[in-house]
Amino acid sequence: MEAFLFILFGAIAVGASIMVVTRKHPLASALHLILAMAAVAALFVLRDAHFLAAVQMIVYAGAVVVLFVFVIMLINVPEDRLPVERITLFRFAAVIAAGFLVVEGALVAGRFGMPGGHVAGGGTLEAVGRALFTDYLLAFEITSVLLLAAVIGAITLAKKKI
Amino acid sequence: MTIGPSAYLLLSAILFGVGVVGVVTRRNVLIILMSVEVMLNGVNVAFVAAGSYLGDAAGGVFAFMVITVAAAEAAVGLALLIALFRLKETVDITELSILKW
Repeated sequence: MEAFLFILFGAIAVGASIMVVTRKHPLASALHLILAMAAVAALFVLRDAHFLAAVQMIVYAGAVVVLFVFVIMLINVPEDRLPVERITLFRFAAVIAAGFLVVEGALVAGRFGMPGGHVAGGGTLEAVGRALFTDYLLAFEITSVLLLAAVIGAITLAKKKI
Repeated sequence: MTIGPSAYLLLSAILFGVGVVGVVTRRNVLIILMSVEVMLNGVNVAFVAAGSYLGDAAGGVFAFMVITVAAAEAAVGLALLIALFRLKETVDITELSILKW
């Protein structure tokens, strides 16, 4: 059952991601991005990481993609003024290079020595929360500074007169 | 048939590769930013799978941090895009090269 669900949601994630990078209109990309995020969240649930699946849906599909859609609507580039994609030698070479990257990742993944069985309590809410507020407390606090900097930066950049 | 860690890492590599293709081949800045999100998603799959198979909560914590950084990155990136669009009225990355010299 797990194998079937993994293949199903993995295929949805990969397919939706390919749609994200190939659609002409950014709005179609954004909607496919939601599908890819949801499929990845389902994969998190398969790995018992329920908390991260919820965060994935709320922060990514909820906040980040809505931000994208908001900006797409805000700047509203007309269909005929969207950049025209041309197949150049450089782009073709870039795709081949990315293919080599995937093959290399697959080779590393193939020999990765991790226990194949099911170890309980890796990404559950309790385990993640305990680690987040003990071992990784400093990193967690610094994250709040990062978010503050991002908020100030975003407001400053988007203001009409700096 | 059980799914081992290799399958998750392979999926992670594929998602990352798809994101790389989007970043280096597209000309629309919005789609490039979305491709970066796809890459970060692929990394998250690897983190969560590794943390889960090793029974270590650090994988989940790292994925959490990646999600936070992705949200901050999207906010700043889109603010930059709005500022640039106000200046140049385009989302074509080849025309947004005012920092290049």
